[in-house]
Amino acid sequence: MSATTPEDIVDSAAIASASTKRRPLWALAIRNPSVIFGGTILLIMVAIAILAPFLGTVDPTHIDPAARNKKPDTVITYRLEDGTQAKRTAWMGTDSLGRDVYSRVIYGTRVSLIVGVCCAAVAISLGLVIGLVSGYIRWLDGFIMRIMDGLMAIPGILLAIALVSIWRAGLITVIFAIAVPDTPRVVRLVRSIVLTVREEPYVEGAVSVGTPTWLVMFRHILPNTIAPLIVQATFTAAAAIITEAILSFLGIGIPPETPSWGNIMAEGRTLFRVFPHNILYPGIFLALTVLAINIMGDGLRDTLDPKMSKKV
Amino acid sequence: MLDFIARRLVSIIPVLAVVAIFVFLMLRLTPGDPAAVIAGDNATSDQIAAIREKLGLDLPIWQQFAIWIGDILHGNFGESFFFKKTVVELIEQRLEPTVALAICTLIFAIVTAVPMGVIAAYRQGSIVDRVVMGFSVLGFSVPSFVIGYCLIYVFAIDLGWLPVQGYTRIETDFWAFLVRMILPTITLGIIYVALIARITRASVLEVLNEDYIRTARAKGLSNRVVLMRHALRNAAVPILTVIGLGVALLIGGAVVTESVFGLPGLGRLTVEAVLSRDFPTIQAVILLFSVVYVLINLLIDIGYTIFDPRIRY
Repeated sequence: MSATTPEDIVDSAAIASASTKRRPLWALAIRNPSVIFGGTILLIMVAIAILAPFLGTVDPTHIDPAARNKKPDTVITYRLEDGTQAKRTAWMGTDSLGRDVYSRVIYGTRVSLIVGVCCAAVAISLGLVIGLVSGYIRWLDGFIMRIMDGLMAIPGILLAIALVSIWRAGLITVIFAIAVPDTPRVVRLVRSIVLTVREEPYVEGAVSVGTPTWLVMFRHILPNTIAPLIVQATFTAAAAIITEAILSFLGIGIPPETPSWGNIMAEGRTLFRVFPHNILYPGIFLALTVLAINIMGDGLRDTLDPKMSKKV
Repeated sequence: MLDFIARRLVSIIPVLAVVAIFVFLMLRLTPGDPAAVIAGDNATSDQIAAIREKLGLDLPIWQQFAIWIGDILHGNFGESFFFKKTVVELIEQRLEPTVALAICTLIFAIVTAVPMGVIAAYRQGSIVDRVVMGFSVLGFSVPSFVIGYCLIYVFAIDLGWLPVQGYTRIETDFWAFLVRMILPTITLGIIYVALIARITRASVLEVLNEDYIRTARAKGLSNRVVLMRHALRNAAVPILTVIGLGVALLIGGAVVTESVFGLPGLGRLTVEAVLSRDFPTIQAVILLFSVVYVLINLLIDIGYTIFDPRIRY
């Protein structure tokens, strides 16, 4: 090693100050048109989910036998608690139990967004921990990766169906059943990053001055995984929302009285020929939400993770 | 080459072992007595005792696993108490619609997606490219059952061109079979088309920047020859990989599509089995689908060496 010359010091100081002046990645990301477009639609959906009770909705689980199977824009007369009668318009019609489809679709936004966010969070956290361990602790690597390969050999929806059948359906079990099949992909991603980063001089340096393993992982390796994981999280969330809808649609997801888009569509299946609105409206909301997340994910990938975007 | 095939064959053993252990543990992880779970709600205590005996539930768990895996390797997947048949009979009965649907979808997807991807790459940035890419994002975002019901509504109910639901066996009436396969194939195929088109575009784009493409053009070859013989052939490896990995989507999608179109296939069987908590059937179907998925990807791995002689393991 040659001795450090004063020029080197000046140079590295200049580089350091230049890199702090560089625009941070998130600032680049929020200027990306795809991120803005997808993010805006997503924010509207979040607003709808939060404001659901104030958007002219009624109780989404309220069954009204007198108002069954109404087409969209039907005026429904209903009785208030004090006995007087009132009228309202069922914009999206009613289902075969007389529940208001508009209210169910609006409240369904909550379920879908919760499922998307929670599945992504569970899959990313599980995958991050397992991936860090697998990439950094050599003797565990082979064992963990064989298990992950095995899990990936079971097609995702089937694995989710299998887990639901073991655990019985409920919101929490559905979230885990959807998140577990997505975990191996995260593990592989994290592991590959760890394997590259651990050879970097700054990691070697940290290890050589006696930094404990957990601190090396936390301070030097973890930050490298954040950008790819954010990108991965968006795609996981989008896929999770679709999988939840599929499970509910097949009748093996969240309990049917819960207003989720999949449940509304499952309910509308039998009378689909006459009342297609029960499938059409939740379908539009579902597609729009997933599309928004996917478009945002594409934009995030292009800005945060340029290496991955080359690989498609 | 043979050495490579042998090594690749050995490498799927641990993968299938993990799948088998998971499928075996499924039943042990459900709350309650496995024998009672298998027998279902209407079983007598004698029946439960018989199953208990057969599964060897009093033995240590690794012996139970040995008995179970031995049965499966002999083609004995147990008996479905719900359907009152052996699982093997049940699967044989339901195999045809699923295989037919998968093959139709595979052909449909490759025939439409590969040209789409090639044209999009060739005219990068044009309207055609934007339409293909837009379609691809859309294909990932609209769940297949929504597409299925939209197709049913437009083509079967509104226009009345095609039957709404149902299945005709190939040997009964081939024409009727084909007609009834059109909508399910498109429904299941769209996400697959989206996936393949996207990868085709990306890998052809990468190849189009290579020197040999410029050379091929320079010596005056037509665009068609450059694209098909030079670009597409060299871009084949990632496309094949994705076709193989996409089989997982195909299997998951079959479960949904068969439910939408009332096809009596394995996907529908899976849902019926879960709804009736018929564990021997669920286990067999998951094992079967996973083995098929792993084997298809194995074949594709071996296929690389044929498509791309540069790859030598």
